[in-house]
Amino acid sequence: MPTTLRESPGARVGLSIAVATGLYGISFGALSVASGLDVWQTAVLSLLLFSGGSQFAFIGVIGGGGSPVAAASAAALLGIRNAVYGMQLNALLHPRGWLRLASAQVTIDESLATSTGQSDPVEQKRGFWVAGLGIFVLWNVFTLVGALAGDALGDPKQWGLDGAAVAAFLGLLWPRLRSREAGATAAVCALATVLAVPAVPPGVPILVAAAVAGAIGWFGYRQGPEGEGLEPDVDPYPGADSSTDSSGRRPRS
Amino acid sequence: MTLWFWIIVACVVAFLTKLLGYLVPRKWLTNARVARVAGTLTIGLLAALTVANTVSTGQHLVLDSRLGALVAAAIALWLRAPFLLVVVAGAAAAAGLRLLGLP
Repeated sequence: MPTTLRESPGARVGLSIAVATGLYGISFGALSVASGLDVWQTAVLSLLLFSGGSQFAFIGVIGGGGSPVAAASAAALLGIRNAVYGMQLNALLHPRGWLRLASAQVTIDESLATSTGQSDPVEQKRGFWVAGLGIFVLWNVFTLVGALAGDALGDPKQWGLDGAAVAAFLGLLWPRLRSREAGATAAVCALATVLAVPAVPPGVPILVAAAVAGAIGWFGYRQGPEGEGLEPDVDPYPGADSSTDSSGRRPRS
Repeated sequence: MTLWFWIIVACVVAFLTKLLGYLVPRKWLTNARVARVAGTLTIGLLAALTVANTVSTGQHLVLDSRLGALVAAAIALWLRAPFLLVVVAGAAAAAGLRLLGLP
């Protein structure tokens, strides 16, 4: 028997994850403006692209002097995991008609994690929509706040915003480094990037590393657990799974 | 204008990628190899973006205050700080090291 929305565990978790995630739209907005996009371009990325990792990838490549083509390619490649999430959510929620388009737009790490963490189908649906729509609204509001604040700051380097970008990427990567295979993949791709930087135009090293990562996944797929790196970058249910410790992080193998 | 064009391309591609998951037969994406490539791509791209933003300036490898930001962020993540605090730690480290005269 489903509970009322007020007592719904899915909606409750969705709301708390929406507030936490929406808030860091501030950092995206500020970093996007610092990397050379204007406020409008920044707002459009949050409204239409709406996938944190891909948005940071786009501005990270532009900020490093890369071409818009390289930026769009990096964002597109980083978004591929969303297709896998979409497949999982389609099997859980079966949206139809225009709802399917709306669910596709709010298919991100956080809405997937909130939904799949529930076992009751009604709660899975509530968790998905509350997290997805909640983050969509707050992420866009706080992107705008960050972009306007970043615009007023002046020299981004003086405020350490280039360091903030480094921290943001490490923060996105960190929760995915749960196994030795993941760590090895990250290390090899980091090395490939360093070797490629002097050899090819800015932005392209990211795509070189993507090719290396794709090859590792394609040819090395026998070892390691399935879907490595596809765990969403948040865990709305710390401690709920017996394979996680109290912080929600799985012990390293 | 080119930047606008590629922003829109990236947005359209991102949406179609998400929608694809809702449209293709389930079997296709539950293929272990496809799922694994999607996973390693995510890890590889984020690792590359972290490193490129830390040590590259154009086509040159440079060690400057951004390395301090990387260390500060790693410490914050190790201490299980929330994302926003990690970003602030990175900014503070880079700005602080520059105040001390580092490049």
